[in-house]
Amino acid sequence: MTVATTEPEQFRGLRIEVDPHARALEVDDVTKVFRQGPGLIGRMRGKREERKRVVAVDHVSFVVERGEIFGVLGPNGTGKSTLIRLMSTLLMPDTGRVRIFGLDVERDEAQVKRLINRVSVEASFFKKLSPMENLMYGARLYGVDPAYARRKVVEILTRLGLENRSIGSSMEDMSRGMQQKVAIARAFLTAPVLLLLDEPTTGLDPHSKREVQAAVRELRDTHEATVVLTTHDMQEADELCDRIAIVDKGRIVALDTPAALKDMVRQAGEAPPSLEDVFLRLTGKKLEEADKEAELT
Amino acid sequence: MTMAFHELRASYAFVERNINLVKRYWGWELVWMLYTIANSLAVVLIARGANTAVGGQPLSTAQVDTLILFLAIGALVWHYLAVVFQTVSEMISWERWEGTIEYTFMAPVRRGTHMVGTALFSLVYGFAHTAVVLVIVVLAFDLNMSHANYVSASAVLIAGSLSLVGIGIMGAVLPLLYPERGAEMTHVIQAALVLISGVYITASEMPEPLATISIFSPATYVIEGIRSALIDGEGFAELWPTMVGLVASGFLMIPLGVYVFSLGERYAKRTGRLKRSG
Repeated sequence: MTVATTEPEQFRGLRIEVDPHARALEVDDVTKVFRQGPGLIGRMRGKREERKRVVAVDHVSFVVERGEIFGVLGPNGTGKSTLIRLMSTLLMPDTGRVRIFGLDVERDEAQVKRLINRVSVEASFFKKLSPMENLMYGARLYGVDPAYARRKVVEILTRLGLENRSIGSSMEDMSRGMQQKVAIARAFLTAPVLLLLDEPTTGLDPHSKREVQAAVRELRDTHEATVVLTTHDMQEADELCDRIAIVDKGRIVALDTPAALKDMVRQAGEAPPSLEDVFLRLTGKKLEEADKEAELT
Repeated sequence: MTMAFHELRASYAFVERNINLVKRYWGWELVWMLYTIANSLAVVLIARGANTAVGGQPLSTAQVDTLILFLAIGALVWHYLAVVFQTVSEMISWERWEGTIEYTFMAPVRRGTHMVGTALFSLVYGFAHTAVVLVIVVLAFDLNMSHANYVSASAVLIAGSLSLVGIGIMGAVLPLLYPERGAEMTHVIQAALVLISGVYITASEMPEPLATISIFSPATYVIEGIRSALIDGEGFAELWPTMVGLVASGFLMIPLGVYVFSLGERYAKRTGRLKRSG
């Protein structure tokens, strides 16, 4: 199967063959532990605190099928971003394996990178550069034809609501919502087959949030992409995701379709439960409380 | 072949991005240029005032001119080498400041491509920057360059740049491993190089152990070679051993730098050091 699914002639030297039967994403018993506290130099300088062991991802396993929008729902500090980093070759797991279209993220890193793109909660751009300059940088890295990319940047950004004059102006003057739209456009431009979205709508106003969500759906529908989305927005997860994994303290506590998750906790005679109710029943706390707890630790 | 072509083209992404950054930060570039000019002129002025400062048997005008040229070459060549080293060693620091390190590290290009692109930019940028300062120093001091062999001087400079790129790549691992203080650590390497490389004094005249240590610095040979080319007019016939040595040193330093960096990158990915922005 040729992976660059749309307008492949625009991707020079980057199309790769993958197993047509392989699943989009397989996370198999993955664990990631970080150690915090003084390192070797700190200890040599007399710092006596013990190094703290933080289990960010704790024996997590799941599979995402092609074309799915898969949600990872949980409070802050529960390992969602770590999971995304493990999938995007930015972190190595301590145990277990992550496979993307059958390719191991550690062993086949170079090939995996050609299949993915990631939009993170903080828009990672050279803030002095314009959206056009930033996106052209991305386009060149991903082997997109520069002439095609220039046309496409204007087309995508205009569709996402950016004015023409903003496309050539420095990004430091843009709102966070605008920057996030440019981040989405950058992902669109490279037409990834697996798009990793790490809280892409956090901090956005409702209007921008809806536009970003529409863009995600469009990417899946028109580019046949598979999407993994982390969020702590219950409504967003409910509306956007085909299946959701609820995570707490680095572990998956439930995984199913939004409807099935709600059915799981539905009780006779009560109003239909929301995902908030599902989270409360499964973890014993409200998402907001869990967020506050994470901020304190 | 297609992949090699892609990697080559992708390396231009870093050149173009850095050129765009230079354009956008033009105010800072202007300040940096003025600082460099002031610094270079201050060093060269030492020669102009040598007679007054030392007293005794005065130096002849020709001797003062030679001293001016000696110091000017030291200052300018060191400036060029420092720009090359700094641009390469700061490639990670820049990404950390801007918050783009994860995006760049996730992109489907080899780290070697990233480094080649950065190194290419550093050579062009260093050359252009130094050329401007050179013109101003030559005009300010009316330097006698009648014996200068510019071709062999340029060849020594290019050959010597390779080693500095290699050392810069090794230095770049520091901001990768130490997000908070790594950039400052690269300045320590730079300060050590300026101390041991005979920038303002012939390396062999330095006190021990600096004179012995200077043997191991490629910058020592670049500066000596360029002085021989520009002051004494030496050409390829005299300077080829220096050039061959510098190229050989570059071919050793660059792969060594890439290897050290790859170990650092692996460690950073194991311990989660890519995400901290310092």
